[in-house]
Amino acid sequence: MSTLLESIFSVEFFFAVLRVSTPLIFPALGVAITAMSGNINIGLEGIMLIAAFTGVIVSIYTESLMLALLAGVASGIFFGAALGYFHLKLKADIILAAVALNFLASGLTIFLLIVITGGRNTSALRSLTFPSFHIPVLRSIPVLGPILSGHNIMTYVAFLSVFVYYVVMFKTPLGLRIRAVGQNPDAARSVGINVDRVKLYALMISGVFGALGGLYLSMGYVSWFSRDMVAGRGFIAVAAATMGGNLSFGTLLGSMLFGLVNTATIYISSLDIPSDLVQSIPYLATVIVLAIYSARNFAPRKRKAGSAHHPENEHHEKKP
Amino acid sequence: METILSIQNLWKIYPNGTVANQDVSVDIKEGTIHAIVGENGAGKTTLMKVVFGITQAKSGNISLRGTPFAPSQPSEAIDAGIGMVHQHLMLAPELTVAENIVLGVEPKRGGVFFDFDTAVQTAQETSEKYQLAVPVDKLISELPIGTRQRVEILKALYRNAELLILDEPTAVLTPQETEILFQTLDQLKEQGKTIVFISHKLKEVKRIADTVTIMRAAKVIDTKPASELSIEGIAELMVGHKIDLSRVAAPEHIGPAKLSVRNLNMTRDDGVEAVRKVSFEVAGGEILGVAGVEGNGQTELVRALVGLLPVDSGEILVGSTDIARLSPKEIRQLGVSHIPEDRMEDGVAPLMSIQENIIVDRYEKPDFSTWFRIFWKNVLAHTVGLIRDYRIHAGSPKHEISSLSGGNIQKCVVARELSADPDVVVASQPTRGVDIGSWEHLHSLIVEARNRGRAVFLVSADLDEVLKLSTRIIVMFEGEIVARFEDASTVTAQDLGPYMLGIKRQEESSATVSA
Ligand SMILES: Nc1ncnc2c1ncn2[C@@H]1O[C@H](COP(=O)(O)OP(=O)(O)OP(=O)(O)O)[C@@H](O)[C@H]1O
Ligand SMILES: [Mg+2]
Repeated sequence: MSTLLESIFSVEFFFAVLRVSTPLIFPALGVAITAMSGNINIGLEGIMLIAAFTGVIVSIYTESLMLALLAGVASGIFFGAALGYFHLKLKADIILAAVALNFLASGLTIFLLIVITGGRNTSALRSLTFPSFHIPVLRSIPVLGPILSGHNIMTYVAFLSVFVYYVVMFKTPLGLRIRAVGQNPDAARSVGINVDRVKLYALMISGVFGALGGLYLSMGYVSWFSRDMVAGRGFIAVAAATMGGNLSFGTLLGSMLFGLVNTATIYISSLDIPSDLVQSIPYLATVIVLAIYSARNFAPRKRKAGSAHHPENEHHEKKP
Repeated sequence: METILSIQNLWKIYPNGTVANQDVSVDIKEGTIHAIVGENGAGKTTLMKVVFGITQAKSGNISLRGTPFAPSQPSEAIDAGIGMVHQHLMLAPELTVAENIVLGVEPKRGGVFFDFDTAVQTAQETSEKYQLAVPVDKLISELPIGTRQRVEILKALYRNAELLILDEPTAVLTPQETEILFQTLDQLKEQGKTIVFISHKLKEVKRIADTVTIMRAAKVIDTKPASELSIEGIAELMVGHKIDLSRVAAPEHIGPAKLSVRNLNMTRDDGVEAVRKVSFEVAGGEILGVAGVEGNGQTELVRALVGLLPVDSGEILVGSTDIARLSPKEIRQLGVSHIPEDRMEDGVAPLMSIQENIIVDRYEKPDFSTWFRIFWKNVLAHTVGLIRDYRIHAGSPKHEISSLSGGNIQKCVVARELSADPDVVVASQPTRGVDIGSWEHLHSLIVEARNRGRAVFLVSADLDEVLKLSTRIIVMFEGEIVARFEDASTVTAQDLGPYMLGIKRQEESSATVSA
C-alpha cells in the first residue's frame, strides 16, 4: 500500500494525469459549448473517433502533420454540422441523431480500416505524431517542471482551448448569442437572431474541439488507430462539462477530476487486486461524483434565501 | 396624418384550426397612440405577432408606409423599424440587463470582440434618455418583473423603433410605474413615434390612447377616436354587455381564523429585510386584501405562505398546524391553494397540455389514476367541465397550454386553484391580464369561495380589485404592515394612497382604524 501511495504522489503520476486528461478536456469543451446553446451533445464520441481515424490516414498518405490536423478538424466540423442538419433542419431528436452518429463513426472507421489495410494487421499503419514540447524556463523548476513540461503539444493546446472557450463564450458577440439562445430561444428570436444558425455554429465549434481530442488520441497519446479507441471519453466529457457548469474553468476541473481517477486506476492495477474490480473504478467514481453533484443541485428547496442561482428567489427586490 | 401601418382583410388560422384573426382591417396613423382592446383570446396578440413576423397570416395585406410588408421573421420587422414588447417577457435570465438590451446588435471592439463596457454605457444612456431606470449591470433573474418590463421597452427603443408595439405592458407595473411609462409614451409620441398599445385596463386606454380598436372573437368590431368613447362604452363593446364595477356585499358570516401569521420576518438574498414583524389572521368567510406598491414584501410573504421561501422567524399557522417545515405539497394537502403572480414561471408547465396542467395537483386522486395508469377519459371530462365553468377560451383540453392567449392561461391557473376547493386561497394578482368580462367573472368565483366559508388572502396591484373584493384591508410598505382597515367597505383609494407610498403610517401598526 505504501508503495502505491508513493507512486501516486510522484511526479510521474501527475504528469500522467495531465496526459490522460487531455483527451477529456477537448470533448468536454465541445459538450459545454453545445450545452450553452441549449443542446446536449453526446455525439462527441463519434466525432472524436472519425477525427482520430482521418488524422492517421491523412498523415500516412501525405506525410504532413499539418494536413492531417486540418483534415481531422474538417471532419469534426463536418460531422458537427451534420448533427446540426439532422437536428435543426430535419427536426430529429438530437440524442437520437447523436447515437446514430456514434454508430456510424464506429462502423465506418472499422470498414474503411479494413478496406485500406486489406484486413492486415492494423498496427502496420504507423501514424505521424504531434511532437512533445519542453518549456524552456519551466522545465528547470523542481517538481513543477517535470510535471508541466515535456508534454505533447496537444496537451498545451487543450489548456489553451479552455482559454479560447472562455473568450469565445464571454467576450464575443457569438458567445453572447449562444448563451441567449440557450437560456431563452424565444428572446433571441424576438431580437432577430437566427436561433438555428447559432445552434449550428455551436455544434460546429464543438466538432472542432472533439476533433482535436480525437487527433490527440491517435497521434499523440498513441500513434495508431484502433477500433473504438475513444472508449467512452465522449460520454465522460458530458459528465465533466456538466459538473463544471459548462463554464471554462469548471469544465477543465471536471475533466481533470476524471483524468485523475483514470490515472489512479492505471496505477492501482499494478497491485494485486482483481482487475475487473479495478476497471470499474472510473465508472464508480463517475456515479459517485454525479450523485454528489446532483445532491448539491437538488438540495432542499427551503434554503435560506441567500443563494443567487436559486430559481425560487427570482423576483426579490424592494422598490428602488 | 399619414398611415404608417395598414392591415387589410387579414386572416390568421393556427395549424390546430383556431381562427385567431378573421378579416381584420386596421389603419394605424403615424405619431399616434393606438390602443387595441378586446376579450382574452380575441386575437390581439396574434395580430401583432403577424406584424412583427413571428407568425404569418393566411391571407390579407399589410403595408408599411405604403409599401407591401410581409415579414417572415422578426429581424425583417426590426429592420423596418418595428419594435415589440411581448406580453410574456422575452429576456435571457442569466444575462445582464445591458447584454439583453444590445443582444443581436452588439457593440464590437476590434471588429471581433463583444464590447461589454460600451454595451453597459449605451444601455445606461438609453435608459437615461427615455427615463426608464434599470440597473444595467444586474442579471435579469435578480430583477422584479416591473423592472424586467422596462428592460423590454428599452430593448425596442435601443433599436430605434419607429413603430412600437406594447402588448399589455402595464399588466405587471405598479400604478406609479405605469404613470412613468405613460409619460415616456407621450414623450415618444411627441418625438414622432407611433405606439400600438394593448391593454385590458380601460382607464389606461382612456388616459393614453388617441384611437381605440375593439376586437371580439377574432374580428374588429370598431375603430374610433378615444375621445368619442367612455370607459363603460368600450367595456360594453368588448364583452357585449354592461359591466358591474361596484363593490361586493360584506360576508354574512365570518368563522374562526384559518390562516394566522405571527411576527413573521424574512430576509432577501442581499441581506435586506423583506418582511418585518408581520402579523395577521384570515378567517373563514372573509377576504383579506393587501394593498401596497409591488415590491414591498408581498411577493416574499406570499411565497412563504405556500412554502416556497423559508422564513427567519415567526409562525405561519394553517388551522393549528405550523407550516414552517412543510413542503409546498404538504401545505397544499392542508387545503391551501396558490394563484401565483407570475403564471408562466410558477403557474403552468408551458409545453404540457391544458388537461395535464389542470391535474398536476390532483392526479393522485382515485378518479384520475391508480399507481400505474392515468384515467385520461376522466381527466378530459374534468378539464372540459372547468373550461366551461371558468369560461376559458380553448380549442381542446389536449392543446398545449401555451397556445392559449395570456388571459386564458391565467384563467386555467385560477380554475385549477379554486376547483381544488381549498380552505385557504392565497391569490396573488389573480386577474392579471384577464379581460374586463373575465375580471368580473373571476371575482364572482372568488366571492363564491368566500361565501362557502373559505379564507381568502388577496394580494393585488390592482387597487380597484382590492377595494371591490376585500372584507378587510392591510397596507404593506417596505415589508411592514403600516395600516389596517377593519371595514373595507368605506375605504377609498385616496385613503390607501399615503400609506402605500410610506407618507403616513398608523402609530401602532397593530392598531386598527375605521376610515
Ligand atoms: N401558437 C398558437 N397555436 C394555436 N392557437 C393559438 C396560438 N396562439 C394563440 N392561439 C389562439 O388564438 C386565439 C387568439 O389568441 P391571442 O393570443 O391573439 O389573444 P389575445 O387577444 O392576445 O388575448 P389575451 O388578452 O388573453 O392576451 C386564442 O383562441 C388562442 O387560443
Ligand atoms: Mg394577448
